[in-house]
Amino acid sequence: MVETTGTTVEVRLPSRLGFEKVAMGTAASVAQLMGFPSERIEDLKTAVAEACINAIEHGNQLNEKLSVGVILSASADELEVKVVDNGGGIAKQPPPPDIDRKMHGEEDPRGMGMFLIQHLVDEAEWVRDSKGKGSYVRLVIRLDKEVE
Amino acid sequence: MPTDTKTTIDRTSSPGGASVAVLRFSGDISSTSKESVLGAWQTVSGTGPVLLDFSKVDYINSSGIGLIITILMEAGKTGQKVAAFGLTPHFQKVFTMVGIGKYAGLFKDQESAAASL
Repeated sequence: MVETTGTTVEVRLPSRLGFEKVAMGTAASVAQLMGFPSERIEDLKTAVAEACINAIEHGNQLNEKLSVGVILSASADELEVKVVDNGGGIAKQPPPPDIDRKMHGEEDPRGMGMFLIQHLVDEAEWVRDSKGKGSYVRLVIRLDKEVE
Repeated sequence: MPTDTKTTIDRTSSPGGASVAVLRFSGDISSTSKESVLGAWQTVSGTGPVLLDFSKVDYINSSGIGLIITILMEAGKTGQKVAAFGLTPHFQKVFTMVGIGKYAGLFKDQESAAASL
């Protein structure tokens, strides 16, 4: 297996929907090199995709002059992914999606990205730059977590 | 960059002999899939039970899940039964996580999905 501890991989994406798949593929490759099981890699891919979509759509407002940074940092037992954009971050967490409300048209059928991220990785935090010059979401998956 | 969504409409029968429409999706299901997914749905809306075939879908994101929820909303208004099959174990977990399983049966294959209708 390739030694990955202490390795950092960075990708910059244009703020265009669809390019989240580049980050997904990169995260999957790094996680595979670290020895994560396929089930956890699938979880990571979805979480990274949703974080990138949020950054492209909401953080950078689909402004193609701005890019989304994806920084993957491997340690001995965990992989951290930071997805960085130029937006102001989220003021507060939205409530979890409610399928009954969605089915009755009382809630947007979309709006599940943050919920999926939180439930698919071991840690997720949304950080606003104190100077208002951007924000990032930080995701962590750990190697020792048992597959559900 | 996004892979196009292709949706074909097929017909099969339930074990009881009822005609069942099958929407067979392939490629990605994302924000760019609205026309393909909902356009195909409109042609079978109100015509009886429907199966959603995900066996050739590589990627579904939250926008794509939103389109599936829109189909279920429309079906719910007329009491049209919908079941899904062919999801990877990961997306079966994701669909269950967001509650879709409450409104559409999620099955391994077409035969078991058709038997549920």
